[in-house]
Amino acid sequence: MKKFFSILLTIFIPLSFTNVSKAAGHMEAEVIHWWTSGGEQAAISEFAKAWEEMGNTWIDTAITGGDNARGTTVNRIIGGNPPTAAQFNVSKQFVDLVEQGLLQSLEEVASAEGWRDFIYPPELIETCEFEGEFYCVPVNIHSWQWMWINNDVYKQVGLPVPQTFEEFLAGAPKIQEAGIIPLALGGQTWQESGMFGVVSSSILGFPHMQKIFRDKDVDTLRDGRFEDVLNTYRELNQFTDEGSPGRLWNDTTAMVIEGKAAMQVMGDWARGEFAVAGKEAMVDYSCVIPGKEKYVALGGDVFVFPKNDDPKVKDAQLAMASMMVNQTVQAKFNNAKGSLPMRLDVDTSAADACMQMGLDLIQNPDAIMRESDDWNTPAFTAAWDDIISEFRNDPNYTVAQVMDDLEGVLTSGL
Amino acid sequence: MAGLIYPAIQQFMPFYRNIAAKIALLPMIVISLTVFVGCIIYSFVYSLTNSKLVPVMNYVGFDQYERLFKQRKWDVAVENIFIYGFVFTIGCLIIGFLLAVLIDQKIRGESLFRTIFLYPYAMSFVVTGLVWKWVLNPTFGLENSMHMWGMTWFELDWLVNRDLAIYAVCIAAVWQGAGFVMVLMLAGLRGIDEDIWKSLSIEGVAKWKSYIFVILPMLRPMVVTAIVLIAAGVVKVYDLILALTSGGPGYATTTPAMYVMENFFSRANLGQAFAASIIMFISVVCILAPWAFYEFYLRNKYANN
Repeated sequence: MKKFFSILLTIFIPLSFTNVSKAAGHMEAEVIHWWTSGGEQAAISEFAKAWEEMGNTWIDTAITGGDNARGTTVNRIIGGNPPTAAQFNVSKQFVDLVEQGLLQSLEEVASAEGWRDFIYPPELIETCEFEGEFYCVPVNIHSWQWMWINNDVYKQVGLPVPQTFEEFLAGAPKIQEAGIIPLALGGQTWQESGMFGVVSSSILGFPHMQKIFRDKDVDTLRDGRFEDVLNTYRELNQFTDEGSPGRLWNDTTAMVIEGKAAMQVMGDWARGEFAVAGKEAMVDYSCVIPGKEKYVALGGDVFVFPKNDDPKVKDAQLAMASMMVNQTVQAKFNNAKGSLPMRLDVDTSAADACMQMGLDLIQNPDAIMRESDDWNTPAFTAAWDDIISEFRNDPNYTVAQVMDDLEGVLTSGL
Repeated sequence: MAGLIYPAIQQFMPFYRNIAAKIALLPMIVISLTVFVGCIIYSFVYSLTNSKLVPVMNYVGFDQYERLFKQRKWDVAVENIFIYGFVFTIGCLIIGFLLAVLIDQKIRGESLFRTIFLYPYAMSFVVTGLVWKWVLNPTFGLENSMHMWGMTWFELDWLVNRDLAIYAVCIAAVWQGAGFVMVLMLAGLRGIDEDIWKSLSIEGVAKWKSYIFVILPMLRPMVVTAIVLIAAGVVKVYDLILALTSGGPGYATTTPAMYVMENFFSRANLGQAFAASIIMFISVVCILAPWAFYEFYLRNKYANN
């Protein structure tokens, strides 16, 4: 049946076939990833460079869009033509692959090199560990918990840079009067739900979020505070522009950079856009972690290594896994990517003010926040995000209805 | 001897009629059966499981279907496909027919106009989607241009208005498909005998009346072909919407095909995707079967008798 399924998929997904080199000492590795923007390309090429310096060959299979890249990976694994390594997010996205025994265990190299001692924070180990064995390599930490603010706009209207969503909402009408869009938001589901996540954690705090998303506690969802989140979110959305639907995140960031908009809620990958535009952190723009308690979310990327019948491939996979966690490689990679490294003993002297803020925060275990997709399947988060997106776009979708639907997702067992 | 027996076999055993043609069609029949029917059975079997990222045989009964029908998003998708199907089919037929009639008036530069009208059809749905996305975008599209020309009353926010976005999709689709219908109709119009036009003009029938009451019924095969081709495009509409709105705002322009693809590829929810595709399949069969039965079987039967 699996075979049949693979034939079916082969019809729809064009595959690129590669021959695994048999030459001794020299290893070939095909890596599927979705890092295609300028900064992302620079980051992945640090991995490629390090790999090639070891005398190996790197075959780059970059696929635009995380969904597409992950889909291709899964189809190729099931189709019997797996890549050497493939990118996923720090999440439950690849649990099924582990459970079906489709991924290579990295325990050999992980215990030899003592990964459990240096991977920080330890939550990352949890993501990769199944029944006492490592199945993925965390490579970086990305956090959603940021507001990116154009300082000139606030100077122009004579307001201080907001530190919370309440402060932002208080100043927003004044910004609107000045003819500037207060909130830049790209109307794509992932951006809408990403911002919703930041609003909810800044209002509710992490322990509350954990009860809802990890423990699926309906009483916590229903204790009246989640309605505040929904109302704040709806209020925020009054201050976006009508060009929002479908806009890409980097086009949206560009609006803040150019001063057409005052603020965007986006993950720390937005910093790269400011850097490319030649803007200086805390001078031209501010990065603010909203809320009284400040959190850094534990998003990020991992690489997994699909099982392969060829023993040579396994050698290449273990070698690459070891390379990815290497201190020097981590430093180069994360400086290019703008993300936080997955170990503390890495040289981060090149970090700017915003990145430093994240580095300081992550050393405090209480400030580390986990997100819904650390505990839940993609099907669950997608169903949840649909409701949030619909709530943003349909003014007739009442808070009470949304609460019922969210409870439905929470209890659906997805 | 053989010359006598063979026709006799053919007469009494219809299976042997046109045996050469049937052998030639055999590969196609085998492929259809294994690929199409096989996939349908496969999808149905796995729609009864709770498969997530990879198909697993974990029987859960009709849970996936129950979940599907509880989804607000699925309701929106079904509603959209009906709106899209209706507007797109009718729009293409009316505009296509009108264009064909206008071109049929023995105008100057006919081939130029024919090329212009057919040109959108040469574009893929993705390109069509992108073009209309830019035209209809309120911040830098047509609305913005009109504002810059001083017509500030002009408003065109269809693409970002959740109630109208699906009609924006229809406009783009009709723009793309009408030219194709026009060509079909034009071919039909050119096949109408001159004598019919002569007798119509002798009878003194108004031109528009001749077109609607005499010529159109004669174009019936063309209309049927056009409807079949358009309808097939309706059910599988995916790329146009993906390029134009990505299903947004929110999920206001999502369609069943998008729902299936999403669950299949990005949401790691195979069971749900299979259930949705089986429902799509059943609805298509329910709509098309009685009509196809009439059009291709009953009508021939009556015609032959």
